[in-house]
Amino acid sequence: MTVPVSPRHDETFVLNLGPQHPATHGVLRVKLTMDGEYIVKAEPVLGYIHRMHEKLAEASTFAQFMPNTARMDYLHALAFNHGWALVVEKAAGIEVPERAEYIRVITVELNRIASHLLWWAAFLLDLGGFTPLLYAFDDREKIIDLLERITGSRLTYCYMRFGGVYNDIDDEFIKGTRDFIKRLRGRMPRLYHDLVTHNIILIKRIKDIGIISAEQCRRYGATGPVARGSGIDYDVRKHEPYSVYPEFDFDVPVFNEGDSMARYMVRMHEMEQSMRIIEQALDKLPEGPVMAKVPKVLKPGAGYYYSAVETARGSLGHRLVCNGDKNPYKLKLRSPTFSNLSLYGEVAEGMLLADALALMGSLDLVIPEIDR
Amino acid sequence: MVVVEQTRVALGTLFPDSHPTAVSSEEDNQGTAPREVGILVTDPAKHGHHIDVLCRPDQVVAVARIMDGEGYFLESISGVDWPDRQQFEIIYDYNRLGGEHCRVMVRTLMDRNQPVVPTITEVFPAADWHERETFDFYGIHFQDHPNLIRILLPEDADFYPLRKDYMP
Repeated sequence: MTVPVSPRHDETFVLNLGPQHPATHGVLRVKLTMDGEYIVKAEPVLGYIHRMHEKLAEASTFAQFMPNTARMDYLHALAFNHGWALVVEKAAGIEVPERAEYIRVITVELNRIASHLLWWAAFLLDLGGFTPLLYAFDDREKIIDLLERITGSRLTYCYMRFGGVYNDIDDEFIKGTRDFIKRLRGRMPRLYHDLVTHNIILIKRIKDIGIISAEQCRRYGATGPVARGSGIDYDVRKHEPYSVYPEFDFDVPVFNEGDSMARYMVRMHEMEQSMRIIEQALDKLPEGPVMAKVPKVLKPGAGYYYSAVETARGSLGHRLVCNGDKNPYKLKLRSPTFSNLSLYGEVAEGMLLADALALMGSLDLVIPEIDR
Repeated sequence: MVVVEQTRVALGTLFPDSHPTAVSSEEDNQGTAPREVGILVTDPAKHGHHIDVLCRPDQVVAVARIMDGEGYFLESISGVDWPDRQQFEIIYDYNRLGGEHCRVMVRTLMDRNQPVVPTITEVFPAADWHERETFDFYGIHFQDHPNLIRILLPEDADFYPLRKDYMP
C-alpha cells in the first residue's frame, strides 16, 4: 500500500540495501532514506560488477566480442548473442540462411522461457515462498540440458556466429523440445497457476503494489514486461520485426494495471507465447545450411548502425559506430534493465520497505546487465 | 511513413536553412565524416534508424522537447571520441513505444577540449543515468544536470576510460 508520507527530516535514517543482499540478486546497492518503515527516498547505486564491456569491444574484433555478450545478461544470454550478431550483420551486409534464423529463434525463445522461470522462482523466493523455486528449477533444468546439447554450454552461451549459428540442431533436440513444451503446458495450470498465481498470499503481496504509469515508462524509457504491464503494447519482435519473427503467429500480452501483479501476469503469459513460437518454428523448420560464407575478418563500412532485439527484460539496443576497421570504433550497449531500474527511485517513494522489495523483484533485475 | 514525415517536419522548424533530403540506399554512404547541421532521412534497413539529425549542442534541449511532444522516448545516449578531429560526439536515440516504428538518431559535435552540452533531464528523466554514464566514461559535462557524479566507475576514479587516448 502506498501512503503519502510527509517526512520528518529530523527522524529519518539511511538504510543500505545491498550491495550484498538476497533480494537484490547480485551486487546492487540501494541507498534508502527511511521514515520508520516508509521510504522517503530511494537511490540505486550501481557499478559493483562493472567490467567495461564497451572498452573491451573497442579492443577486440567483431567476432572476439561475441563471448562477452553472454556475460552481461546471463539469464537470457542467447538474446544478447542474437542482438550482437544482428547489428554486425546489418553493418557488414551479411545474409543469414533461413534455417539458421529459425534455429536462432527457437533457441532464443527457449532461453526466454528459462529466464522467466528463474525470475519466477527468485521473485517468489523474495516474497517468502520457497517451494515454487524447486518446480521452476526442475523445468528450467530441462531447457538447459537441451541447450547444452547443441550450444555446448549451460549458461553463458556463445552459440551465434555472424552469418548463422555454430551448430545444427538434430532430431533428438527437436523431440526433446516438443516433449518439454508438452510437459510445461501440463504443469503450468496446476503447479504454477493454482499453487501460486491464484494464491491469496501472493495476491495480497503484489496486487496494487508498485504502480508504474504508462507515462512514467515513456519518460524513463522502460521497455519489456515493465512497459507491457503498464498497458503499453510494445514488443520489438512485433514493432520493429527482426529475424524471422514476422512469420510466426503470436500475441503480445499487455496488462493495464501497472502494478507488480500485472508484470507477473505478462511474464506468465509470455512463456505460453514463446512456446507457440517454438512450435511453429519447429513445424516450419526449413532445410539447408546453418552458416553463410562469411569472410574471416569483417570490416563493415564506416557509418552509424543501430539494432534492437527483445530480451526477457526489454529492448536491448546496440549503437555501433564503425570507421571501416576490423574493430568496432564505438559500441554502446543499451541494456533494458538500466532504463527500467532508473524509475525505481520515483516509484518506491512513499512505499513500505517490504513492498519496495516486491516492486524490485517485479522489475526482474539482472545486475551484470545493468553494470555491463 | 506517416510518422517519419511528421517527425521530419516537426524537427525541420529547428533548421530553417537546410533542405532535408531523402537518401536512397545506393548513395547512402556518408560514413562518419562531418557534415552540415540538418536532417537526413536514411534507410532503416541499412542503418536501423529512419532519421539522422545533426544539431548544434545548444539545440539538444529544443530537439528533446520536440521529440517529447511527438510522443517519443529516449532510448540511449552514447558518446563518441574523435581525437583526429579534436571533437566529442553525443548520440541521442529516440524511439516510439508502439504504433508505427520510427527511430531518430540525434547527433551533436563539440570541441574535445571544452566538452559541455546542456542536460535534457528536464525533458526526459531517462537522460539522468545515461548522461551520468557519458560523463563517467568521457568526461563530457552536462550543464545543469541535477546530480552529475560517476555512476558505474568508483567515485574516486580520476580517468575517463572511453577516451581513445586512455591507456589502462
